[in-house]
Amino acid sequence: MDVLFLPEFGQFALILALAMACVQAFLPLIGSFTRQPLWLAYAQPAAWAQFTLLLISFILLSLSFLLDDFSLAYTAANSNSALPWFYKLSAVWGAHEGSLLLWLLILAGWTFAVSLSRGLPVEVLARVLSVLGFVSVGMLLFVIFTSNPFNRLLPNIPMDGADLNPLLQDPGLIFHPPLLYMGYVGFAVTFAFALAALWSGQLDSAWARWSRPWTTSAWAFLTVGIALGSWWAYYELGWGGWWFWDPVENASLMPWLTGTALMHSLAITEKRGVFKSWTLLLAIFTFSLSLVGFFLVRSGVLNSVHAFANDPERGFFLLILLAVTVGVSLLVYAIRVPNLKARVSYSLLSKDVLLLANNLVLVIAALMVLLGTLYPLILDALGSGKISVGPPYFNALFVPLMLLLGVFMGLGPLSDWKQMRWQKLKKKIWLAAAVTLVLGFVVLPWVYDGEWHLYVALGLTLVLWIFTTSFRDLWEASQTKQGWKGISRSRLGMFFGHIGAALIVLGVTMVSNYGEERDLRMQIDQPVVVKGYEFTLKKLIHREGANYIADRAVVEVRNPSGKLINTLMPEKRLYTVRGMPMTQVAIEWGFLKDIYVAMGEELSADAWAMRVHYKPFVRWLWLGALIAALGGVLAITDRRYSSKKAQEQLTAMNAATTPPSAINSVES
Amino acid sequence: MKRFLLFLPLIAFVLVGVFLYKGLSMNPSARESALLGKPMPEFSLPNLHDPLQQITHENLLGDVFILNVWGSWCPSCYDEHNEIVRMAQMGVPIVGLNYKDERSKAFRYLAQLGNPYSVVLFEEDGLRELAFNLGVYGAPETFLFDRDGIVRYHLAGVITPQLVDEVIMPEVRKWQAKR
Repeated sequence: MDVLFLPEFGQFALILALAMACVQAFLPLIGSFTRQPLWLAYAQPAAWAQFTLLLISFILLSLSFLLDDFSLAYTAANSNSALPWFYKLSAVWGAHEGSLLLWLLILAGWTFAVSLSRGLPVEVLARVLSVLGFVSVGMLLFVIFTSNPFNRLLPNIPMDGADLNPLLQDPGLIFHPPLLYMGYVGFAVTFAFALAALWSGQLDSAWARWSRPWTTSAWAFLTVGIALGSWWAYYELGWGGWWFWDPVENASLMPWLTGTALMHSLAITEKRGVFKSWTLLLAIFTFSLSLVGFFLVRSGVLNSVHAFANDPERGFFLLILLAVTVGVSLLVYAIRVPNLKARVSYSLLSKDVLLLANNLVLVIAALMVLLGTLYPLILDALGSGKISVGPPYFNALFVPLMLLLGVFMGLGPLSDWKQMRWQKLKKKIWLAAAVTLVLGFVVLPWVYDGEWHLYVALGLTLVLWIFTTSFRDLWEASQTKQGWKGISRSRLGMFFGHIGAALIVLGVTMVSNYGEERDLRMQIDQPVVVKGYEFTLKKLIHREGANYIADRAVVEVRNPSGKLINTLMPEKRLYTVRGMPMTQVAIEWGFLKDIYVAMGEELSADAWAMRVHYKPFVRWLWLGALIAALGGVLAITDRRYSSKKAQEQLTAMNAATTPPSAINSVES
Repeated sequence: MKRFLLFLPLIAFVLVGVFLYKGLSMNPSARESALLGKPMPEFSLPNLHDPLQQITHENLLGDVFILNVWGSWCPSCYDEHNEIVRMAQMGVPIVGLNYKDERSKAFRYLAQLGNPYSVVLFEEDGLRELAFNLGVYGAPETFLFDRDGIVRYHLAGVITPQLVDEVIMPEVRKWQAKR
């Protein structure tokens, strides 16, 4: 096989994958209408074939990058022979076409994983795979017709590539898109289970049980992906912030919010069999929002730092794809969902209702983000010009909603399903509430700088409230014969999920209220002081990297007592191929604070405008997200998902009208 | 009735879809302002670069000038900045109104992109001064004032090269020519 023809094989594999996706989508559909088990059985091998073909296609594209085949338009536009090999590899998903291929590969990967899952009835599996097949067909058509990564530049092959965007030449970017896509696309599985359930009309709680681990894993991936993106924006863009309400960030936040709601709502549906239609709708919403986000990013209807190269044809194709996917699924929903009335009763104070309240808050938050993101578009469509609403809008609405959510987050785990007597709840929470109010609202806000701020007080109260109630719940769970060892993985998962959320709140509260950002003139050997820390520019160095030239500043940082704590070396780089300047920040990091120095503009031969940030507790944001994701992993690895016997037991348990004991009933 | 409710998500989605479709073919367009022909509201705002200096409407009168509302939080402002710089280079005085922003972020924005403004007014979030009275509800927005401080042109949205060459500059010249 001649290496020269690799891209053609890749292209061919892509087309074969489309054929397999069609088989996977249509044959089970026809089979389920004509009641032919043989046709249903096509789904699984077709899914395997599709996955293999997409994997081949992806590997061949990666090879073109590693072998510097600049006859490929996509390689020529996004790689360069001077790039280190790992960036050549991550450049594969550094722009539109390749990232789509990655998206497809991940979808096929999830599909493959679903096709291997044990314990699913053949018919359910076939239906789920069929729905996933349809999603794949649509996206494959999009790639092949509008965004083919295998297009050649012939006969004038460029001598070298235009290089990967320097912003993306960063370890964070190697992992950020794959993780994010694992999350987005993972929700396609839940979506497929929901549609399969609607399609078959079998809306028992079994489908909720089957979808739960998939939803939780997608959620965990998305959480880590978003956190990684936020971290990347913090240190790579040189802006020093961690969230900008950029349309693309919003695009990832919306499915995360509804996905979080879905995770909780699936718990109610599985345990109690209520809110089925709501859960189904959420499953459709979550994947739809992933697709809407995808459309917003790729079609160029909104301005964003992430804007991909785009043309109207692509946008139009994507919109059709979006309309068909979401439109058809919502239509199926409206027609097939059974009567809304639930047979199971619950009282106003119960875990059921508290979880529903959490759901409502999360969905409202997601709709609010959607509105804020689309607002410029809507105004534009109405002929009122392009306008961004910006952080003031988002912060004003998002913060109160999250405060409300935090209150439910404490009450939910401690309540019983079906009905919770207020007397009992009061007994459980009075200590937590007292500790929280005294410490969080009154005492702790003073500690940091001797002044009391309302926002700090609210934030810390929330953090303590979630902590105390979570630990109380964990303590309750340990009150069985097996003690601490008897706590189930899913209960622990919830614990870590909530603690992670509390840590995020802690980070946000501290950094937004006590953070300091200053733009300063720094001259050699003339110290400046920010928040008690003394910064001295010692020297300026000019240096050359592999594919860039750089000005480097050497800055000594001394703490308030005058001790040298670090020498920071921020850089201003010029990437030569694209002529693009980049700010490389230097960070002295710690659990209690980050000190962040970035170079601005050169003012004279021995002076620069520098940006100095003091960011207390900022790491807790990302740490919290990781801990929450870890909670997700714990929940997935719960025994009841892995052993068949446990599953049967659980089914039997669900069949019982009332949960037998408090231990089972509080587990979510 | 219940069945109808189930169609609500679909209907909502169709509405969103219509806007998305329109968004695909949309170009920033001018909005007729209720303020056209009205005089500049009275105000007193600090200078961004010198918090102690208060600037009032009287300081601005006497020459044809453009008022550009911007903020470092507004992605569209980054898009139009080159056009602002270009107009400033063509000799049009441009007053910036830094809207709902923070000083340090505004400085960073100007340091990064260059400062084309003859003066930048700083209107903090929550302050109801100039932007409020001009009916600004987002950024970017751009106003053209004549020598008497009357609003002669208003754009809510991004300034494009085409708008500068075909609409804004001719308007500026027209009002500059009037005595």
